[in-house]
Amino acid sequence: MRRFLPLMATFAVLIVLFAAASLMYERFFTARVIANLFSDNAFLGITAIGMTFVILSGGIDLSVGAVLAFTTTFIASLIADHAWHPLAAIPVALLIGTLFGGGMGFLIQRYELPPFLVTLAGMFFARGMAFVVSTESITIEHDFYTTLQDLKIVVGPKAKLKIGALIFLGVLGLAVFLAHWTPFGRNIYAVGGNETSARLMGLPVARTKIMVYALNGFCSALAGVVATLYMPSGNPAVGTGLELDAIAAVVIGGTLLTGGVGYVAGTLGGVLIFGTIQSALIFDGSLNSWWLRIAISVLLLVFILLQRQLSRFTTSPKN
Amino acid sequence: MNDPLSKLKEWFQGGSLMWALLGLLTLLAYDFVFVDGFFRLEVRDGHLYGTVIDILNQGSKTMLLALGMTLVIATGGVDLSVGSLMAISGALAAVLVTQTELSLALVIPLALTATVLLGAFNGMLVSVAGIQPIVATLILMVGGRGIAMLITGGQIVTFEHTGFVFLGNGHFLGIPFTLTLVLLMLIATSLLMRRTACGLFVEAVGDNETASRFSGISTWTVKLSVYGFSGLCAGLAGLIAASNIKAADSSRVGEMMELDAIFAVVVGGTALTGGRFNLLGSIIGALLIQTLTTTMITQGVPPAIAPVPKAIVIVAVCLLQSEKFRTEVAGWFGRRANT
Repeated sequence: MRRFLPLMATFAVLIVLFAAASLMYERFFTARVIANLFSDNAFLGITAIGMTFVILSGGIDLSVGAVLAFTTTFIASLIADHAWHPLAAIPVALLIGTLFGGGMGFLIQRYELPPFLVTLAGMFFARGMAFVVSTESITIEHDFYTTLQDLKIVVGPKAKLKIGALIFLGVLGLAVFLAHWTPFGRNIYAVGGNETSARLMGLPVARTKIMVYALNGFCSALAGVVATLYMPSGNPAVGTGLELDAIAAVVIGGTLLTGGVGYVAGTLGGVLIFGTIQSALIFDGSLNSWWLRIAISVLLLVFILLQRQLSRFTTSPKN
Repeated sequence: MNDPLSKLKEWFQGGSLMWALLGLLTLLAYDFVFVDGFFRLEVRDGHLYGTVIDILNQGSKTMLLALGMTLVIATGGVDLSVGSLMAISGALAAVLVTQTELSLALVIPLALTATVLLGAFNGMLVSVAGIQPIVATLILMVGGRGIAMLITGGQIVTFEHTGFVFLGNGHFLGIPFTLTLVLLMLIATSLLMRRTACGLFVEAVGDNETASRFSGISTWTVKLSVYGFSGLCAGLAGLIAASNIKAADSSRVGEMMELDAIFAVVVGGTALTGGRFNLLGSIIGALLIQTLTTTMITQGVPPAIAPVPKAIVIVAVCLLQSEKFRTEVAGWFGRRANT
């Protein structure tokens, strides 16, 4: 029961926040607001899910926002300037994202470089390359894109899940399956818990670590695809600071930054908390955007201290 | 062992300063050959001007941040919040200067006290609460910018205060005043670290925290102090940044500066794992970044693309410092690795 405590804390905070916002603002507690939580935070959610795996494995990835920006410009440029069909452009972009992540994973694993520095370089590189592709925002105009954008499932009065939310939910389902019902998922937990033990048990540590970064590269690129559907354009400056939001969502979701402990479901909670605060600020109108930053940092502090206390009781200290 | 030659040899074999210095010299050689008038200096109104002076002036913020970051990294930590702390000190000083009658002699200490305290808060989280440095300082990295925007009300606060403008734009004895500040900080920090036992404490904590505690070092005081010092450096850099543009721009100032500072420290030969540190190396690392940026601007590379070469330099330096990589490369050439 104890290991679910952080997860329960996350959802308790989410419910309290949502209830408070519903009491304060009329029409907050509607299916439309809830559905929009998923639509508006789809690309944050997808990057946060990828980040969950990286953090579970004991690493960190600062490049996600930049990879997302590169993907949006790359796709937009292929479609608008080179007359590619989206169905051809999107897989190429996803492949590039995956290979890029895998490349960083290779450097981290093979040469024992700090993940923090390698992904920082990755962030600089991807952001710079996004500006190489285009220094300005490119609008995407394609019939196929319009069709995709119109796809939606109606879940209530004036409430619909758009394509971004659907992809987010799909990724979420797959991620839960991957984490808890596949050998790959178990390997991630094992490597993050204790890399030496994992190696001694004969688990494929090197492959797992590289694949985690490749998976996160894929997620960042997919989030980029979702972003192009949302905007609909490619912008090299989009997603600045997204890596921080993603890491914050993962931590608020109860995943330990030391690796090995946490749940994908918790990350969903973290993302929804983020979205709820943001929606409440929009509903209020008078409160400003910097309150989101301050609120998130206070939540981060509380959750980190809480986790610290819990891990003091449940596990022996690592050093 | 103390003669200059053996010391030079030690540097080069230890690899600490070498890569940064080599990189900087290569870049300067490139600039000497390909950039017209790169090393030209002129004296106007008794002040020194030129591209080189410009690099030193522009690089002063990174150099200051790198000083604080070096000590933090030497204790095995990292401080991600410096960019946000820059925004806070700039915002606080700008608001105090424009909206109150306080004199600058009071405003600057106030702004710096705020960032020192926030730095010490980071140190508390790391030492007393035992939270990983990346996570602990992430809190202020996210929240600090929010606080800075709260101080300025989300607006860009401009000011015309002569004294405050001098801080980032003035000249002292012919050279930019910012450079004087950096030199003073470097000398003070070096003296404190190398002429007293402080440097030893910092290195001991970074090398083996448990052992240092058992040998009687108050590890939490050391950590609290280095994060506080990093806050001080960030505060100074923030004041310079605000003074440079005669405005406090809370949402943009110091963006990505924490990464430049970490980069400068790592390139300068201080390992992210903690232990031995090299203050001069970090300064050279910071100059390397600034020279790289300035060179690219003079060569007409759009500023937005500038991160790409930076990224390549980071990975290259990391690889050169990686034992495994060196062994492998030595293997390619059929030689035995001599590490």
